[in-house]
Amino acid sequence: MGRIFETPLYPYSRSPDQDAVVPARHRVVVVGAGPVGLATAIDLAMQGIEVLLLDENDRVSWGSRAICFAKRPLEILDRLGAAQRMVDKGVVWQLGKVFFGDRQVYDFNLLAEDGHRRPAFINLQQYHFESLLCERIFEMKAADAPVDLRGRNSVTNITEQEFGLELDVDTPEGPYKLRADWLIACDGAGSPIRKMMGLDFPGQVFEDNFLIADVVMDGDFPTERWFWFDPPFNRGQSALLHKQPDGVWRIDLQLGWNIDREAAVKPENVIPRLRAMLGEGVKFDLEWVSVYTFQCRRMERFRHGRVIFAGDSAHQVSPFGARGANSGLQDSDNLCWKLALICEGKAPESLLDSYDAERLQGAEENILNSTRSTDFITPKTEVSRIFRDAVLDLSADHAFARPLVNSGRLSVPCVHDGSPLNTADALPGAPARTRPGAPCTDAPLGEGFLLDRLGGGFVLMTIDAESPDQVAAGGITARRLALRAGDDATGALAARYLGAAAQGVYLVRPDQIVAARWAAFDQASVQAALLRATGRA
Amino acid sequence: MKMAKLITTPNLPDPDGFYEELLAAHDGLSKAESDALNARLILLLANHIGDLQALRQALAAARREGPEAELKAP
Repeated sequence: MGRIFETPLYPYSRSPDQDAVVPARHRVVVVGAGPVGLATAIDLAMQGIEVLLLDENDRVSWGSRAICFAKRPLEILDRLGAAQRMVDKGVVWQLGKVFFGDRQVYDFNLLAEDGHRRPAFINLQQYHFESLLCERIFEMKAADAPVDLRGRNSVTNITEQEFGLELDVDTPEGPYKLRADWLIACDGAGSPIRKMMGLDFPGQVFEDNFLIADVVMDGDFPTERWFWFDPPFNRGQSALLHKQPDGVWRIDLQLGWNIDREAAVKPENVIPRLRAMLGEGVKFDLEWVSVYTFQCRRMERFRHGRVIFAGDSAHQVSPFGARGANSGLQDSDNLCWKLALICEGKAPESLLDSYDAERLQGAEENILNSTRSTDFITPKTEVSRIFRDAVLDLSADHAFARPLVNSGRLSVPCVHDGSPLNTADALPGAPARTRPGAPCTDAPLGEGFLLDRLGGGFVLMTIDAESPDQVAAGGITARRLALRAGDDATGALAARYLGAAAQGVYLVRPDQIVAARWAAFDQASVQAALLRATGRA
Repeated sequence: MKMAKLITTPNLPDPDGFYEELLAAHDGLSKAESDALNARLILLLANHIGDLQALRQALAAARREGPEAELKAP
């Protein structure tokens, strides 16, 4: 079989490290080659930081995992040189339909704002996502980037020594030792690293089970997200149908709490359920079936000395709203530039405190949203079901009720108001959406787009304002991106960054988050903001 | 937006008439149907009010909590 998830993409091969007398030392070891670990390795290597990615497996993960990738993570992948291949392979969708009982109550269009390079969402199986990131790593490795990916290498022990971390790694040919300055644990919700370190993962389990099935079919269903509350084929429960590439469809069926989980995944029980949902005449094959119980958990802190947690290892949410992989990629985006500056001796280790502060905020926001969605989809009391059904009932005839329908609030990045890296807003009249702490909003610039012009590194973006070509403080340089409001004939650039202001100067972080903004350039203010954004003020 | 204080003094022009219409709306309904109607009614009225502060005061008053409880609401 040539299916991507059945092919070893990075088979085990013996590394010289395994024969070293003194354990080899690496700058950064990333554990886990899922979406977050792969993106982290690419990001660090692109910044010239030597990184070793270890995975206990030798192939992409398969089964029903992440499918929905949002705009902000795609923008991050643009910076990593990997977004276009995702969008080319993925399914772009924007129409959703909501059904209640046996009728459609309304439909919606995500109505993505114009003037962005990337769509609001694409659907793409996690195994494709991972294999495309592997492809990017192999390209970088071929071009001598400082990155290595080792399959079937499991970390079994970590000790913190004076020189840094010492790791025990197990392989098919036996164990060996490694040293590392830093370890980033991207090893998933069940994180073996977290367990090895005896760290807690407190949170809430939702008393419900969902059958997740990926089916291959030629069904006559459009590229839309269909969500049913209390449908005839799954009474009292919910259901979701969503399209993925290659004729694969994701189906979620809520099952309730007191069920026989083993029986539920047996084909003789799954197939009649799906037949009732899809219609008698539709031919389909099961690619994957499993039963999930949802949990919302997060660690108290994501950084523990020289070990940093990112993605599901640090926080876990219910799948409604696509906030797992999407938030993990934002963890990585937030972390990598900070760690790179620390490795280069250009920022203090305390800069990592801002990773904790900012990404804990992101995790809290995601858990809040995902908990609210879960409470709407699976009402836990009689009265919550009465209100839920009343909302759905009213939504057919009254527009006001539709924003109350919650079948998952789709992932948008959070604004880090109050981040220690922000400098107070000093651009009167400018819109709130691009205030300090907010991720930059994309805008068209002639044939291209703003975020591509920002790229990575610190950027001093001037719109109709004067400034030098670069500003340096404490060994870190912000390069100027000189723009004119007229560079964008659609007016989006001015609307998103100036509002009522005549001109503006923005200091943008390497993760494209606004650190500061002013009405005019002032050398001392920009330098102070640059120091502040790198943890030195 | 200007936040209104919840009106708890008499404000209905025809109290007896409104009360009759409220009960009449439930005529012939089962308990479950009445519960559903009440929920729809609350949602319609809440949207009409559209003022979170007034709604929080109403929630607190309905729960028989004093005005102090409302002030502590998020």
